[in-house]
Amino acid sequence: MRRWLLLFALVPLVAVLPLPDYWIFQLNYIGLYALTSMGLVLLTGVSGLTSFGQAAFVGIGAYTTAWLTLNLGWSPWLTLWVGLGLTFISALVVGMITLRMSGHYLPLATIAWGLSLYYLMGNLDALGKYYGLLGLQSLSIGSFDIGQGRPFFVLTWLILLAAALCMSQLLDSRAGRAIRSLKNGTQMAEAMGINTFRYKVTAFVMAALLASVAGWLLAHFQRTVNPSAFGLKMGIEYLFMAVVGGVGYIWGAVVGAGLIKLMDDYLQVLLPKLIGTSGSYEVIVFGVVLVLVLKYMPDGLWSLVSRYMPRRDRKVDWADADHLPETHKPQRGELLLDVQDVRKQFGGLVAVNDIRFQIKAGEIVGLIGPNGAGKSTTFNLITGVLPLTSGAVKFRGDTISGLPSREILRKGMARTFQHVKMIPDMTVLENVAMGGYSRGHTGVLSGMLGTNRKEEQRLFKLAQQQLERIGIGHTMHEQAGNLAMGQQRLMEIARALCADPALLLLDEPAAGLRHKEKQGLADVLRQLQSEGVSILLVEHDMDLVMQVCDKLVVMEFGTLLLEGTPKEIQESPVVRAAYLGTEH
Amino acid sequence: MDFSIASILMLDGFTNGAVYALLGLATVLVFTVTRVIFIPQGEFVAYGALTLAMLQAGKVPGTVWLLMILATVASLMECWSRWHHDHNLLSGIKAALRMWIPPMLIALLTWWSATQNFSMLIQALLSVAVVATFGPLVYRIAYQSLESATPLVLLIVSVGVHFAMTGFGLLVFGAEGFRNPSFLDQSWSFGPLTISGQVFIIFLIALIMILVLWLFFERTLFGKALRATAVNRTGARLMGISTHAAGQFTFLLAAGIGAVSGLLIGPTTTVFYDSGFLIGLKGFVAAVVAGLSSYPGALIGALFVGVVESFGSFWASAFKEVIVFTMILPVLLWRSIRSGHSDEEH
Repeated sequence: MRRWLLLFALVPLVAVLPLPDYWIFQLNYIGLYALTSMGLVLLTGVSGLTSFGQAAFVGIGAYTTAWLTLNLGWSPWLTLWVGLGLTFISALVVGMITLRMSGHYLPLATIAWGLSLYYLMGNLDALGKYYGLLGLQSLSIGSFDIGQGRPFFVLTWLILLAAALCMSQLLDSRAGRAIRSLKNGTQMAEAMGINTFRYKVTAFVMAALLASVAGWLLAHFQRTVNPSAFGLKMGIEYLFMAVVGGVGYIWGAVVGAGLIKLMDDYLQVLLPKLIGTSGSYEVIVFGVVLVLVLKYMPDGLWSLVSRYMPRRDRKVDWADADHLPETHKPQRGELLLDVQDVRKQFGGLVAVNDIRFQIKAGEIVGLIGPNGAGKSTTFNLITGVLPLTSGAVKFRGDTISGLPSREILRKGMARTFQHVKMIPDMTVLENVAMGGYSRGHTGVLSGMLGTNRKEEQRLFKLAQQQLERIGIGHTMHEQAGNLAMGQQRLMEIARALCADPALLLLDEPAAGLRHKEKQGLADVLRQLQSEGVSILLVEHDMDLVMQVCDKLVVMEFGTLLLEGTPKEIQESPVVRAAYLGTEH
Repeated sequence: MDFSIASILMLDGFTNGAVYALLGLATVLVFTVTRVIFIPQGEFVAYGALTLAMLQAGKVPGTVWLLMILATVASLMECWSRWHHDHNLLSGIKAALRMWIPPMLIALLTWWSATQNFSMLIQALLSVAVVATFGPLVYRIAYQSLESATPLVLLIVSVGVHFAMTGFGLLVFGAEGFRNPSFLDQSWSFGPLTISGQVFIIFLIALIMILVLWLFFERTLFGKALRATAVNRTGARLMGISTHAAGQFTFLLAAGIGAVSGLLIGPTTTVFYDSGFLIGLKGFVAAVVAGLSSYPGALIGALFVGVVESFGSFWASAFKEVIVFTMILPVLLWRSIRSGHSDEEH
């Protein structure tokens, strides 16, 4: 926080420095551009979505204030909110329509949307057609004119810093971690109870709102608006700024905006002189630089800086935090999971053929079978990742087949994945804290404002406890991507445990574990069982399965082969035949 | 509006739609094989039309110089990467020459032909050859080393390529626009409708090309190999299909289709160095209608876009672009409702 205060204090300091007016003028533009590209950092760098429509949202903010102040004489301080409202609605519509589909539809839709808005602005009489609207007032507070110089610089950069502060607080919060998970596919996030679609729309709308504020500022800075500043070319340039500066870093937007603005001015003068005729030849350089950056420095310029910034471990300040409320646990022996004739067909192939089995509270059940028997598919049917062809799954009496996996989690069923799914650039602790997502409540706004401290502490305390319970508490400050394979699997179990499940579904938890670690895992599983957690285990390691399971379900070619205690299964000739073949 | 106006508008829409269909097909083609969303597709349209315009004027088209430069850059890159891969300078030089010689021959041939006053058909063929050759070079220079990047990164690369190609277009053609003469001056009347020779040619060429593409992908081994690359790159590689070659060939096709589209629309409108972008994007809207995956879908989508555009320009000419590009939103809505949730990417 001290660093932030220092940054905020720096703004008025720069304003009183004897800098030439030209530089203040440039810094004003850079601040405005950085504000817009910062939205793209959230959208592209953090959430893995892209939009070429930022300029269009700048345009909405600018035209709204221009039209309202000129025609109705409203105060700019009022029109800002109108512009934000209009931006909110249009971004919401575009986002809702496109974000359900795979990632590349959003950029396409925003290209089209940016173009049509540009032509709309350029053809409406009320908006002055391609000439735009002229003669806007500059911003003022009471009788103090903010104008175009130093006071405007202070206003813009304070807004920019405030946006940066809010965003960096957001990214380190419950909602922020959910947004950061979007880049790595949606399956894991959904399994942790996160509504990924909602967060995608949220990120898109937030980016648009930042652009709208920039548009409002720009309109009163230039005191005129015309469509060319809001066209697709500008939309692309904003993305360009973010990519060159470093699309994964908040400060990348600022660096990128600065660099591109200066380059733009310089090249617009230099290139026509070199070539001999006027024209916007700078796009050649921009295009080439963009490709080169993506090839050779995909993390942008700021990555050069951030490499040398010390990474500090999160301060452990949650020792005294309260526990999160626990969910209601079933009685031992109660029917927990009831799989009733579930069937999955992919075209003509019956991958899972009318499987039925039950799990009672307090049991550890192993689902085994040779490769390709349909174990993982069954697993995905139970957890709602795949839709059933027929049959039903009941959990604690409620039908859960047909529910999305995030709803199933909230009913008390948490899972791990056969191929570890995590966010490699977050710490182990943060990854595990995502498992507690469904037990928290704070949203985007309190994340931005930092009013979520209590809950954050509770979540981290929970995460640390689960890590220690599973025996890898010492890794909590590591980057998750740096862990060994076996530890990543244990981390997934800790993450699932954070959801406080009644039933834990583990997909091959022992794969990649060393012998010692396997023993540890067996101990953990038994300890969990003694605490009342039931477990469904898909596993190839027979030692482990035979050691810990109360009951085994054997599958072969999608059908149920046998169900029984480990001893019965071991002695069964049918199971032997399935695994080892028969003599003819 | 009466029937005759409506039929004229329909014809107009279908004519433009046929060109959009070609571009939409190229977009689908490139996306399915390489996962590149190829924004610069429209640039080839302008390059094609303007190259022919230059040849018509008896001048050496600037695309010739550009082609030589790109060929040199691409072969240097090829030489470097092959040299590093094989630890053998000779094999690097060989690979570079393979990359360098065909474009240079085409460039020199076109250079020589500029003053020969050849017939328009030969000039048209040369224009297509020059512009189509850009395809593999662009792929080699901008995309090849990023083959395994996410579609998102490839899309941003596309934007960079679009910027650069527009700028180069301005550099080599200047800001002036050109309108090419028609390939066929005859025209036929059917009641209120007049079908000009150019319209006839547009339909004919578009149909032939769509048919050829279909035959290529359904009936030839190489076409099937390309489709295999589209489905699973690693698998295709294991089967001995080079993804580099597949990508370069796809771009050759796309650039060629772009150039042909440029020749087709050249006589119907004045083409500037940056006109291609909007035309290409309309092909794009058509491809999006098809979900970037279906060729017949892209065709139907393109005809639809063309008709909407022509009726739009009749009722509200200033807003025709607004109408065409806003249309993508309901289309996407329809697609998202139909397709349900997107699948997990691995």
